[in-house]
Amino acid sequence: MELSPRDRALLAALADGLPLAPSPYAAIGRDLGMAEAEVLARLRAMLAAGIIRRFGVVVRHHELGYRANAMIAWQVPDAAIDAAGRVLATQPGVTLCYRRAPGPPDWPYTLFCMIHGRDRATVLAQAEQAARNAGLADMPRAVLFSGRRFQQRGARFATSEEGAAWTRSTGAS
Amino acid sequence: MPAPGAPRLPALDAIDRRLLDGWQRDFPLEPHPFARLASEIGITEAEVLARLHALRDAGMVGRIGAVVRPHTAGCSTLAAVAVAPERLDAVGTEIAALATVNHCYEREHALNLWFVVAAEDEAAMLETMARAAAIAQAPVHDLRLRSEYRIDLGFPLQWN
Repeated sequence: MELSPRDRALLAALADGLPLAPSPYAAIGRDLGMAEAEVLARLRAMLAAGIIRRFGVVVRHHELGYRANAMIAWQVPDAAIDAAGRVLATQPGVTLCYRRAPGPPDWPYTLFCMIHGRDRATVLAQAEQAARNAGLADMPRAVLFSGRRFQQRGARFATSEEGAAWTRSTGAS
Repeated sequence: MPAPGAPRLPALDAIDRRLLDGWQRDFPLEPHPFARLASEIGITEAEVLARLHALRDAGMVGRIGAVVRPHTAGCSTLAAVAVAPERLDAVGTEIAALATVNHCYEREHALNLWFVVAAEDEAAMLETMARAAAIAQAPVHDLRLRSEYRIDLGFPLQWN
């Protein structure tokens, strides 16, 4: 599925989420000159095509007591990474799992996962168990708990001019 | 948003928990979705809206909306930079304010500032990375996605 300009406009209008009002899709459409039925049809089509991964409540885990949030990354030989990644993805506590390009010499890690938990000890224990199950126990790893959170929001895909205007008018939240 | 490190959560009753956990995906795509939630829970639409307002004001709900596949509506990457510790607050705040930056965190590593750049195309993304490098006065590393093994589908919340 190719995204049309109207699909992109709809995604941009949804960046801050649906308005909390009885007819939220009609309200989103009103600003775009789009009928409620078209808004709903486009969202359904983007969901069916996998362009929208999920449509729903996006919670903020930190505010819900998930205070220990770790990114864990392993240095894995290229030939082993897909198999390890597929197992790692299914381990308890793992909420995201992906492979990335290597970085600078002091960042050789390419297999990443995220574990959200209520405390560090739980997250570290889950990471250790996940590593064992995925055959990663002996691979070099980095565990990066998060500290200050400067920004957490949906992607905006604005041009820089539009983005600057948005930041000025509403403030980054 | 509550103060960072705020130790106590506001009391969440079973209805709040259901509103937070129950529609992380498959939110109703129909003209009156909040009325649908209300009828499934057994409360009024007005109460659903009032509770969601309160949960949003408390920072627990970021939004109700779409989580979009990477590279669908543009180009994105994960970026990491080593910032002098005494400048981290200022640099993190300034980079986070760039329009094409979402998710910007301090992390415990020599590479201590991590952020996601999502822009309309690669040129705009690289421009953001260059601006971030200028702000940080350090190289910004571009850690492109190669494969996804588990994607963001929301995970069931646990309350204890």
